Amino acid sequence: MLELILAKISNWAIPVLFCVFLLLGWARRLPVYETFIQGAAEGFQIAVRIIPYLVAMFVAIKVFRVSGAMDMLARLCAPVLGILGAPPEVLPLALMRPLSGSSALGIATELVKTYGPDSFIGRLASVMQGTTDTTFFVLTIYFGSVGIKKYRHALALGLIADLTGLLLSIFLCNLIFK
Amino acid sequence: MLDLIWLILFLGGILVGALTGKIELVTGTFFSGANEGVKVCLDLIGLMTLWLGMLEIAKQSGLITFIARCMRPLTGILFPGVPPEHPALGAIIMNISANILGLGNAATPFGLKAMEELQKINPDPSTASDAMCTFLALNTSCLTLIPATIIGVRVAAGSSNPTEIVAPTIIATGLSMVIIIIIDILWRTLLRPWYRRFKRC
Repeated sequence: MLELILAKISNWAIPVLFCVFLLLGWARRLPVYETFIQGAAEGFQIAVRIIPYLVAMFVAIKVFRVSGAMDMLARLCAPVLGILGAPPEVLPLALMRPLSGSSALGIATELVKTYGPDSFIGRLASVMQGTTDTTFFVLTIYFGSVGIKKYRHALALGLIADLTGLLLSIFLCNLIFK
Repeated sequence: MLDLIWLILFLGGILVGALTGKIELVTGTFFSGANEGVKVCLDLIGLMTLWLGMLEIAKQSGLITFIARCMRPLTGILFPGVPPEHPALGAIIMNISANILGLGNAATPFGLKAMEELQKINPDPSTASDAMCTFLALNTSCLTLIPATIIGVRVAAGSSNPTEIVAPTIIATGLSMVIIIIIDILWRTLLRPWYRRFKRC
């Protein structure tokens, strides 16, 4: 029931939000159309400004994955994951998740399909996918959009967040689904 | 650190590709990867334009400032360097809310707007400010109530209970958000001053 409500929220949120914005603007006697155009004008520049950062990241990540270096790294790290109680099959997902959202989703989908959504691997992959974030992607485009080159402790914080999320999802899945 | 990771990805990929005889594949990947990067940006243009237009209406009608004022007790602790009622705080709150609700499409435009506002009060425009680091830490560790995409994947794969993963996801993301906030505050208030003093000695 709760989950049904939650799913409804995500469908309704954006239309409702737009209504609130527009009605409030109208009530305040703003020239709503003009104001929209004025704000929207920046959209293109911001999006285009992040191209160099996106290309730098996408090329490096894709080369690393396509060449097989990712699988090699996964094989090296597999024993560590075993100690924590996670099957080695989910490791490529754990490694890919901070780097690329679409590749990680691809891996997660494949795991869910191959092992079944109700298997331990399928459930763990689902939780991991929902728990961790594409830290590199987020940092790259957010910092790139304003021209920041020195990330300071942001990268470390982001990676710690991913690691915590990963460990917590392994722990919780073992607790609930095993 | 970013330099190092980028070099490892690039050089490691080329090296492994060369050793395993997949060098043509690597060459092809350079071009397809570059294309993919631009394609992500192209997808973002329309979305950014729409959301920034809507956001401007929200800003000029005073809604963003109102939201920022309501959340002041919380943002005061998390972003001590940002003046109260600064437009950056409104955008940050909208971004985090969108993330919590699983609205990825809306989160990015709000986030980029927040970065733009934070950059205006950043003393060194090429270096991330404390507020930016805190914001990105919140963003990447964010509590997720509705992992919509993966639920969709599970439904498509014929799961008998596609939403059973929601509870562990909420617990794991909520906890990791709390942990990251604590680490960030500890670093800013305690560890960094120590580290600096240690370096000076």
